[in-house]
Amino acid sequence: MATKVHMEALSPTMEEGQLVRWLKAEGDSIANGDIIAEIETDKATMELVARGEGILRKVLLGEGGTAPVGEVIAVIAGADEEIGELVGAAGDSPEPVADSPVSADGPKSARGPTTPGSPVASAPAEDPPTATVGEAAQVGAESEEAGLPDQGGERLKASPLARRLAEENGVDLRTVPGSGPGGRIVVRDVEAAKVGAGAAVPPATVGTTEAQPWHPGVPSEPGVDFEDLPLSQMRKTIAKRLVESLSPVPHFFLRITVDMTRTLAARKRVNALLEAQGDKVSINDFVLKSVAGALGRHPEANAQWMGDAVRRHYRVHLGVAVAVEDGLITPVIRDANQKGLAQISREIRELAGRGREKKLQPEEYTGSTFSVSNLGMFGIHEFTGVINPPEASILAVGAIEETPVAEDGQVVVRPLMKVTMSCDHRVIDGATGARFLQTLKEMLEEPAAILV
Amino acid sequence: MESGMAQANMSGIPEHQNDPFDDPLKGFSEEELLGFLRQMLLFRRFEEKAEEGYAIGKIGGFCHLHIGQEGSAAGCIGPLRPDDYLVTAYREHTQALAKGVGPKQVMAELYGRASGSSSGKGGSMHIFGVDQAFMGGHGIVGGQVPLATGMGWAIKYRGEDRVAMCFMGEAAVNQGAFHESLNMAAIWQLPVIFVVENNEYGMGTAFRRVSATKVEERSAAYHIPASVVNGQEVLETFRHFEELVKEVREGGGPRFVEVRTYRFRGHSMSDPVSGTYRSKNEVSEQTEKNDPIKILRDRLFEADVLSQEALEVMDQEVRALVSEAAEFADAAPLPDPSELYTNVYSQINEHGRLFFDGRDR
Amino acid sequence: MPELTYREALNEALLEEMERDDCVFLMGEEVAEYDGAYKVSKGLLDRFGDLRVVDTPISELGFAGLSVGAAMVGLRPVVEFMTFNFSVLALDQVLHSAAKMLYMSGGQFNIPMVFRGPTGAALQLAAQHSQALESWYAHAPGIKVVAPGTPADAKGLLKSAIRDDDPVVVMEGELLYNIRGEVPEGEHLVPLGLADLKREGDDVSIITHGKMVHLALQAAGRLQREGVEAEVLDLRSLRPLDVEAVLASVRKTNRAIYLEEGWPYAGIGAQLVATIQEEAFDHLDAPVLRVTQADVPMPYAKNLEQLAKPNVERVVDACRRVLYRD
Repeated sequence: MATKVHMEALSPTMEEGQLVRWLKAEGDSIANGDIIAEIETDKATMELVARGEGILRKVLLGEGGTAPVGEVIAVIAGADEEIGELVGAAGDSPEPVADSPVSADGPKSARGPTTPGSPVASAPAEDPPTATVGEAAQVGAESEEAGLPDQGGERLKASPLARRLAEENGVDLRTVPGSGPGGRIVVRDVEAAKVGAGAAVPPATVGTTEAQPWHPGVPSEPGVDFEDLPLSQMRKTIAKRLVESLSPVPHFFLRITVDMTRTLAARKRVNALLEAQGDKVSINDFVLKSVAGALGRHPEANAQWMGDAVRRHYRVHLGVAVAVEDGLITPVIRDANQKGLAQISREIRELAGRGREKKLQPEEYTGSTFSVSNLGMFGIHEFTGVINPPEASILAVGAIEETPVAEDGQVVVRPLMKVTMSCDHRVIDGATGARFLQTLKEMLEEPAAILV
Repeated sequence: MESGMAQANMSGIPEHQNDPFDDPLKGFSEEELLGFLRQMLLFRRFEEKAEEGYAIGKIGGFCHLHIGQEGSAAGCIGPLRPDDYLVTAYREHTQALAKGVGPKQVMAELYGRASGSSSGKGGSMHIFGVDQAFMGGHGIVGGQVPLATGMGWAIKYRGEDRVAMCFMGEAAVNQGAFHESLNMAAIWQLPVIFVVENNEYGMGTAFRRVSATKVEERSAAYHIPASVVNGQEVLETFRHFEELVKEVREGGGPRFVEVRTYRFRGHSMSDPVSGTYRSKNEVSEQTEKNDPIKILRDRLFEADVLSQEALEVMDQEVRALVSEAAEFADAAPLPDPSELYTNVYSQINEHGRLFFDGRDR
Repeated sequence: MPELTYREALNEALLEEMERDDCVFLMGEEVAEYDGAYKVSKGLLDRFGDLRVVDTPISELGFAGLSVGAAMVGLRPVVEFMTFNFSVLALDQVLHSAAKMLYMSGGQFNIPMVFRGPTGAALQLAAQHSQALESWYAHAPGIKVVAPGTPADAKGLLKSAIRDDDPVVVMEGELLYNIRGEVPEGEHLVPLGLADLKREGDDVSIITHGKMVHLALQAAGRLQREGVEAEVLDLRSLRPLDVEAVLASVRKTNRAIYLEEGWPYAGIGAQLVATIQEEAFDHLDAPVLRVTQADVPMPYAKNLEQLAKPNVERVVDACRRVLYRD
């Protein structure tokens, strides 16, 4: 049986791919699983694997050419098999991205949050299903499984019928909040998702929303990576209004100035210690370490907009923007708040290096919960970053500048650094962001705090 | 008790010598006498062949041999008509042969073959022969006794002159099914002959250890006439049963008989011949002195009805028959896998599902 | 159509079948002179005489086995157990003789007979007299089991059972004997293996059998007031089982509960749950729940007995749960 070779979504955000080179030529025999081509995605060069066997009968995309995800770029078939129809039809009906192996099955890695900018992540913003708030609130009181159980939970819980209906109707279950026990997605949830908001609110349980408190920033149990906090009516209204006013993400910006005197001094001492190992840390490493520490204390700032819920993360995965030749990549330091300064430093150097060579694997540049962008080395005093949905903020770090400041009636010169936090107002309010920035400032102004 | 009923020695194994003035061969033709010997010899050789088949792995499961008890099979069953029902337990190969089921079919059943008397689905303990009114070997001790009673019921219900005969071992008389059956057979005067083959041991337990009364006393509570016969004396046994069958057929109601015999082998092929429950000496003495075949053989020698040469010829013939049966069984096909699901139900309509293992999906 | 009690319907079935076929006879404790412990056999002794309507000693094992023996040679016995609690004494003959005879004889001896009597709890009869043992019988291949819940089904199923060529266990409801219902006259046969939709509904399937049909219908009425249309599927036969009817109902409502009077462990409901999840998994929007007797021997005290038995509340509650309305 003939097998169509599609341009596959080899990164979560890839919409089209460039064929770097074919590793098999027309006429070569192909076994299932053979690597047949290298594809450059928006992030990296990836390998394309054969999903059928036979002979590579026809190559439809030349090296250097690009094709959208889903387009047929070659045909594998038996030696004598008639493939004219396949070749002729190629390109007519590229399969939807949703059918690609990456996105169709949902995130396979158990803890992998949705990738920034992926179709999945943007779906809630376009069509926020708010129907089942009441029950989600009820369930949320029981466990961390409420809301969107697939994203970071062990598995997606859905009734067999709900799965089938979702498949038949093209509903992505990962975007559907489950109203059954333990967050199980049941058929009414899928139907609500089909028709949009408001269809299936069980009246009896709406009232429980009010009873749901915002949690203090600690997970209820160890091992809980995040929890989905149900949206209050107020929060939903805020979200809706702000989206209308400033689509798609209602940004606002908070700026704070940090006195880096002690951080600079601390860096000197640390590097003296590291010198023997031929290692050293940068100011940015201190910034990352402090951001991670501050986020650990303020999980409300380490949060994402999920459309029907605010996801508050208890693990801190820092995305660090790295400039590459033709753009930008954001490798992720996982559990950054658990890592030492030197480790963060080494990791980011290594990731950035491979990022520049386009050697990062998708899991190395997805799944961040908060991003930091530092343009200080370019002499930028201050700037604002653009939020990477579904993250709710990004921190823009400017250069350290010797600045005269008044202190106790005296003018003194201090190395000051301006950091600007872009916030998604649906998730983070002004005071929330401010408290986070205050902690960050304290930590950078007294670097010993990172030891605490 | 009726005249003509053998009054055996009530203690221990009955002596095979009868009254010296009463000729045990009296009334039998030479042909009949040689017929008994030949039949018992066939039973013996058949069971020996089964023993061999078991040893070489052709026969599996439980296999209970009747060796030593051939006089009972030949003597009790001989007087039955082909349409009389015979129901029995699981030591039943030779009883099936005595009732007319072919040696080939019985052996093939032991081999688990499609040509077996139960198409390979029953095995050693479940030989059936519908055409011979051989109503089966049954595996639960005493379980066949109510069945026989029910056949007696059916005979009465239809006003027939058949007889139902029920074999059981002596250990079965302690089962509730036995007592319930005897009671019903008595109140409804059913034409059933309850035959207890007393080979002294229920598996490895001597009957005297597990019974407050003697076997022969067990039917007294139900007013069913009881008698005792020496099963190692086939001629005496045959005569006795001729009389009993006649009485029952003529409407005399149920009868109860203890047939005294002895098992020369272990309880089954997987049990020892002797050991903790009986001594080697006891077994060898019995095989020496109380073998129903030897007893008849010696009488026929004495009476000049049989010569050594004729015996050898006879033995060759039955051995040939038995070998033929084994060869037939060995060559017979295994049941077709499709037979797994046949004969569970005899009537299947288009509604509903009868089996729950995925077969019908 | 005349209205009869369940008892009268059974009586009519016996009478008609005994008239139709003189191989049919009825045997059991108190069936003849006493007219039956529950009067199901009322008048039959006078009509057919003591060879065909037979009082037995209290010997369940004995007369059950006797009947199997009679069936081996072509009679069609109907054995009455005064209650199915006592049938356990006869289980050896039902299980080892009746259920297996055809198979172990390689097809030579079928057993055309009926074991019948009341099953399930009545009122305050305590542990030994309050059991629903349907699953014990349905468990064994070779036996067929039916459990009529209405007078019409009682007549139709008993007549079919008597005519069937295999052993059929007819489990009647002790508390059903007095209920009334329309019963077709004369030749009314309900085929074995055919379930009956006692109430149609789109929202949830209550699958059940026997006496519990009535509880299911009550629960359905209650649910209707909540805006839920429950379907009540009466299996009528437990073996053969009308799997297609079960699946059709589940495919329609996407949720089901099994209601039975017996215990949960390895009960009839357990089989139904297995079958549904094996064959209608993708149609389920909720796990299949069961409402059964509490997993304890039946207590005597009235309040405890009520706690142990399935009731309308529990059925309604289970339905709400599979509807995610709890």
